[in-house]
Amino acid sequence: MIGLEVHVRLKTEHKLFCNDRAVFGSEPNTSICPVCMGLPGALPVLNPEAVNLALRTALAFGCTIHFESIWARKSYFYPDLPKGYQITQFEHPLATKGSVMFSGSEGDTSVSIRRVHMEEDAGKLLHDRVPRASAIDLNRAGTALVEIVTEPDLRIPADVRLFLGELKQILEYVGASNCNMEEGDLRVDANISLRRSGSLPLGNKTEIKNVNSFSGVERALSLEISRQIATLDSGNTVGQQTLLWDDHREELREMRSKEESHDYRYFPEPDLSPLEVTHEQVAAVTESLPELPRERCSRFKNVYELKDYDAEVLTQSAANADYFEELVGIEIDPKVAAKWVTGPLQALMNERREDARTVPVRPAEIAALIGLIERGVVSESAAKSVLVILAQEGGNPSDIIEERGLRQERDIGQLTSWVTEALAKHSEEVARYRGGESRILGYLVGQVMNSSGGAADPRLARDLLIKQLSNE
Amino acid sequence: MSLRNEVLSSYEILDVRGSVVRSLDHIKELEGGQESLNAFLAIADPEDLEPYDRGPLAGVMVALKDNICTKVLPTTCGSSMLKGYRSPYEATAVKRLRRAGGLIAGKTNLDEFGMGSSTENSAFGPTLNPVDRSLVPGGSSGGSAAAVAAGYVRMALGSDTGGSVRQPAAFCGVVGIKPTYGRVSRYGLIAFASSLDQIGTIGATVREASLLLEIVSGHDARDSTSVQKPVPSFKDAVAQGVKGMVIGIPTEYFPEQLDPPVRALLDEACERLIDAGAEVRPVSLPHTEFAIPCYYVLATAEASSNLARYDGVRFGVRVPAEGLERMYEGTRGNFGAEVKRRVMLGTYVLSSGYYDAYYGTAQRTRASIAHDFKTAFNEVDVLFTPTSPTPAFPLGERVLDPVAMYLSDVFTVTANLAGIPGISVPIGAVGGLPLGAQLLGPWWGENHIIAAAGALEASYEEDI
Repeated sequence: MIGLEVHVRLKTEHKLFCNDRAVFGSEPNTSICPVCMGLPGALPVLNPEAVNLALRTALAFGCTIHFESIWARKSYFYPDLPKGYQITQFEHPLATKGSVMFSGSEGDTSVSIRRVHMEEDAGKLLHDRVPRASAIDLNRAGTALVEIVTEPDLRIPADVRLFLGELKQILEYVGASNCNMEEGDLRVDANISLRRSGSLPLGNKTEIKNVNSFSGVERALSLEISRQIATLDSGNTVGQQTLLWDDHREELREMRSKEESHDYRYFPEPDLSPLEVTHEQVAAVTESLPELPRERCSRFKNVYELKDYDAEVLTQSAANADYFEELVGIEIDPKVAAKWVTGPLQALMNERREDARTVPVRPAEIAALIGLIERGVVSESAAKSVLVILAQEGGNPSDIIEERGLRQERDIGQLTSWVTEALAKHSEEVARYRGGESRILGYLVGQVMNSSGGAADPRLARDLLIKQLSNE
Repeated sequence: MSLRNEVLSSYEILDVRGSVVRSLDHIKELEGGQESLNAFLAIADPEDLEPYDRGPLAGVMVALKDNICTKVLPTTCGSSMLKGYRSPYEATAVKRLRRAGGLIAGKTNLDEFGMGSSTENSAFGPTLNPVDRSLVPGGSSGGSAAAVAAGYVRMALGSDTGGSVRQPAAFCGVVGIKPTYGRVSRYGLIAFASSLDQIGTIGATVREASLLLEIVSGHDARDSTSVQKPVPSFKDAVAQGVKGMVIGIPTEYFPEQLDPPVRALLDEACERLIDAGAEVRPVSLPHTEFAIPCYYVLATAEASSNLARYDGVRFGVRVPAEGLERMYEGTRGNFGAEVKRRVMLGTYVLSSGYYDAYYGTAQRTRASIAHDFKTAFNEVDVLFTPTSPTPAFPLGERVLDPVAMYLSDVFTVTANLAGIPGISVPIGAVGGLPLGAQLLGPWWGENHIIAAAGALEASYEEDI
């Protein structure tokens, strides 16, 4: 049985209990103040923006929101924890009892969410800045996190990965987190215990920490399952322990055993009053939640009659799905719109490292371009070049086509002279065609396109070729 | 423009700056000499005095307990752990008193991190009681009370977690006020027990303690436990009188064991309140006997957490050692015996398996104590009690007997547990030693206890 604890960094502008900006990648210790440095006498003040994002998270899982939750101190000594305790929620979390549905390896699978609570992050130790010493960067200290705890509903490491993918997608959809894995926005701890099939008692549980990629979680869990099976098969019992995942070496190392496990000495944080949430607040957040990825995906299949694959790819990110629906809204055929968003637009965004919200080519421009293709003004391949030019230089599609001479030639007189020229040059191929080798037609169309310098409308050229070849 | 510059302010005409500098020199001379009370851990440099010449405290020197953060002088909490520590920011209360024109005279001695009732637990030596140098000044705000009693300053800030402002005020024969929890911002007050700590004021008179309290009070966005309540004029309350006021005498605060001369002085003070127009009636606060154990569980639990940060990584004078664990161990040897005792006790009561029995029970007891007060204040306006069972005791007498020391807080800790305001006011002397009476008021009822204390004070002044 596998249960997860997922720490998610919320997308707040400021830290959880002070006014410093929550930044990533800045010079060490540049976004700090007396509060997040834990200076003697400084006190925490709750940032309401974080509560709002935590509510969005919890409500997206259909959790029960507790109108009063309690902040607690979790005590442990570590150099990156300036106060010697972390402000978190323990006995009375913000939310409990939710669930997440995802497409697992054995079909649709539901995982129960035990709780969602808010807490502050710790700082970071830097081991490479000072010779023979570790330095502390407190920029991250005090940034807002939610911890999502699942019930031990998962069984298969591959499913853990799929579940985490769904979770990430939901968090992005509701705007709770950027879910940037490289920046540590999502950190996963996994608890695992085994039970012999048929036998009821569960073995001891081990906890795997320090995993920051979904594939890492899958690999670590597979490794741990084999280890536990081997232990049990040899007649031993699995010890209750905490393991650290080393992604480079692909191995698990023991961090601490039960005997030396922490007593966190939780107690209610006296510097903060209980976190109170009103019915109105919950109603407003519920109202503002977007359609979630799974619902959106099935709607895309049903309403727009998209293929499963297209619907899944489009709803992978809310931004792409929004872009697609804007195109459909301006009367673009859904299948054509899907092809453009998942094809040329996605390629453009990948290249420019942008998403559908920031990419400079807006739906109206793509719609205009698609219209020009349909009216035969521009070829599809030329249109892709127009898209790149639009992104780089701006402007409008028609002007770009005129200025760059990308317009498709549809004048029958002009086309006929190119066709005649091609047939004259390639008499051998003409003979083979007439001899019944009809596949050669594609080659001949290519030759007409060459003669025209790419300007000929390929469909018209093809029609003319067939006509001339059968006439003579 | 130039003409305007030549106009002298009253501040200059009276040479307030000159007199402040002379006072500081005087304090330095006395505190540096044979007769030093060791009331100050640091005295302001005249260079640091700001030319504030307006506001209700214009040119008034105020001494600050050394657990209140200032930018100008070190803030040590009376601990080797924070020796030489300079805060990069100042407490809200300090900012407010400076804006009112007040000048920081210096930082006063205290029991380490506020843990003690005699100021003997300071890493920088005990403070002596100016009334009798063989006695303790009380604690933990002993330095502030001694500085006011010795006439170094007319007012001072202290902090009161279980009586740390009221008890030393009583021992030194001055006035001490602990306001309602949430009345004064704790931002910049180095925490001992966060749910009990409150900055309080000490004054030579009720009026001075009240004026200073009025200035430092009020909501502060930097402290989530400070409350958005209007601050009435405390100094106007001083002369309001007690006509028609109903004063409750809680029987639990006048046990059989109370010394007859102490009881006699308290009875006399009561008579004076009746003479001034108050009505007196007995009340009961049945959970009083549980207050001391309840207090020591909660206060030590919070302290064990609040003091965790002094581990030598970022705070605390680091004792270098091989490896992190050993560095932690060595560094935490910087704490004094009482601090270690309380951190250990607090760590124990929060441990899993003991939490419910200790911390849980104490929390429920705390609610019962608060409920006692709520019930009492439905019937009476204020409560009258002794501040401490005895006057000041000799230096060294209780150092080796922590429980006896803890019991000297028996009448003061309840106000912290309930969060209500209390004031200690002198009511004469027993064998030449000052005795204080405590007036407790309902939440946000500082003006009532100030009025009662003001009436008592006025009554004694008439004798002279």
